[in-house]
Amino acid sequence: MSVWSENSRAALLSVLILALALLAWELAIPAQHLATEMTEYERLMGGGSARAGIPAPSQVAVKAWEQLSNPFYDAGPNDKGIGIQIAYSLGRVLTGYGMAALIAIPLGFLIGMSPVAYKALNPFIQVLRPISPLAWMPLALFIIQDSEASAIFVIFICSIWPMLLNTAFGVSGVRADWVNVARTHELGSLRTALTVILPAAAPTIITGMRISIGIAWLVIVAAEMLVGGTGIGYYVWNEWNNLDLSSVIFSILLIGIVGMLLDSVFAVLQRRLTYAE
Amino acid sequence: MSKPFVSVELLSQRFPDGKGGRMTVFENASFGIEKGEFVVILGHSGCGKSTIMNILAGLAQPTSGVVTMDGTEISGPSLDRGVVFQNYSLLPWLTALGNVRFGVRARHPDWSRAKVDEVSTEYLSMVGLSAEAIHRKPSQLSGGMRQRVSIARAFANHPKLLLLDEPFGALDALTRGTIQDELLKIWGGTNQTVFMITHDIDEAILLADRILLMTNGPFARVAESVQITIPRPRTRTDIVDHPNYYPIRNHLVQFLGKRSKELAGQASGGAAQSPDRVRIDLTAPPAPAPAHLRAIAE
Repeated sequence: MSVWSENSRAALLSVLILALALLAWELAIPAQHLATEMTEYERLMGGGSARAGIPAPSQVAVKAWEQLSNPFYDAGPNDKGIGIQIAYSLGRVLTGYGMAALIAIPLGFLIGMSPVAYKALNPFIQVLRPISPLAWMPLALFIIQDSEASAIFVIFICSIWPMLLNTAFGVSGVRADWVNVARTHELGSLRTALTVILPAAAPTIITGMRISIGIAWLVIVAAEMLVGGTGIGYYVWNEWNNLDLSSVIFSILLIGIVGMLLDSVFAVLQRRLTYAE
Repeated sequence: MSKPFVSVELLSQRFPDGKGGRMTVFENASFGIEKGEFVVILGHSGCGKSTIMNILAGLAQPTSGVVTMDGTEISGPSLDRGVVFQNYSLLPWLTALGNVRFGVRARHPDWSRAKVDEVSTEYLSMVGLSAEAIHRKPSQLSGGMRQRVSIARAFANHPKLLLLDEPFGALDALTRGTIQDELLKIWGGTNQTVFMITHDIDEAILLADRILLMTNGPFARVAESVQITIPRPRTRTDIVDHPNYYPIRNHLVQFLGKRSKELAGQASGGAAQSPDRVRIDLTAPPAPAPAHLRAIAE
């Protein structure tokens, strides 16, 4: 019988796996020769080893410490702190996502309430939904003529569909009994929508919002690689051009962590709004 | 003879039968409910009881015919007609108190929050929910508790007509008995007019002033109106000793077992289908009705 709870055993195992993986990675990177020990040719070829460019975890950790200890410095267009880059990305994601939510949730409500509207709009949604958001980029750049706004538009277009469909699905699936409760209590349509249909559909709507924020965070990296200038996606690409792989690996990790945080905000909301029947 | 409080006149309901024709559930049904009366409708599944209930609630439209209450025609749902559904129909994201509050607030939008809370709590304690249980969500309550909340929500609104759609159908026999007693107790303190659907003969005799018997569909009709000549207050243990109990019960069993089938499927030919009045009373004929029996003017 273990004295440890299931959670603490799982946490211990996680730490163990991480430690082993980092150790294996560290050992797999051949020791770097000091530049002074190498010939001119070896130095030009990247240290004489094919894998010399891949940094060890210790090097990534050093880089991470360096970046995180001063995240908001701004030394010109090509040298900004990681905090500033993340802030740019989050700003774009939240702007595009917010606009999408403002349109998708009310529109999804109407579509969900009216079977005719649902059937009429469904073909458009089904065609537009599978389009890769980046495919809109040239058109967006041409029409909007502004790279910043185009990136936001791409976020908008990719996050609108899950929210729209989930809202419509959630609203149309509200149990007739609950609507009848509202009817027998003589509630007007606005109060019915706000006090019965919205809370009844809330878990489904939040699921849609959670899917959307995930997609938006995936897409922003690619979009920023294309439009350039600022943002975490641009940062990754810029560091690749600088052949600074420690920074690339560090920013990949950071993208994952920010995405996890965004998702967990919606997980909390979802838990709060979900009800058991 | 003046019109009864609730008057159902020449009510017909037809649905498309899926083969291009029309299926008549019931035709020209006509009956009345007096103010303060507890009327129970008994019949087999599919005879259109629930359809009648939904029309009374204003949730469904009849194919033809009218229902008037207090002299005005019913044309949609109203707070004057409270409904307790079989599946409780509580809003699962609200607590028990929240659900009753929902109803009270709809009835009295001008009341302060404290007043709404006070009245809601009062009705919940009346149906036997403890101060701790009222803060639970429906999913954390037993079926019996949920139906109590639903009944509290309906009574708290003081509807002119309370509609109970098989309210105890989903409960086990013991719980059903307790809640029936509680319903009788609450109802006894009011002058609430009640129209209730049930499948349960004993429940009908315990609760009703009058039982409407429906034949099987299609072309179902309200064939009989059986007066329950057992004085109130009633308890489930005492009524079985009353001399009228078994004769009434036998009459109902015979109807549901045999005659509901024999009488089924007859078109009305356009005539109003009023129920035949049946009164079974073995106690000291020709004594006048005891004072505490509610008078029924039909």
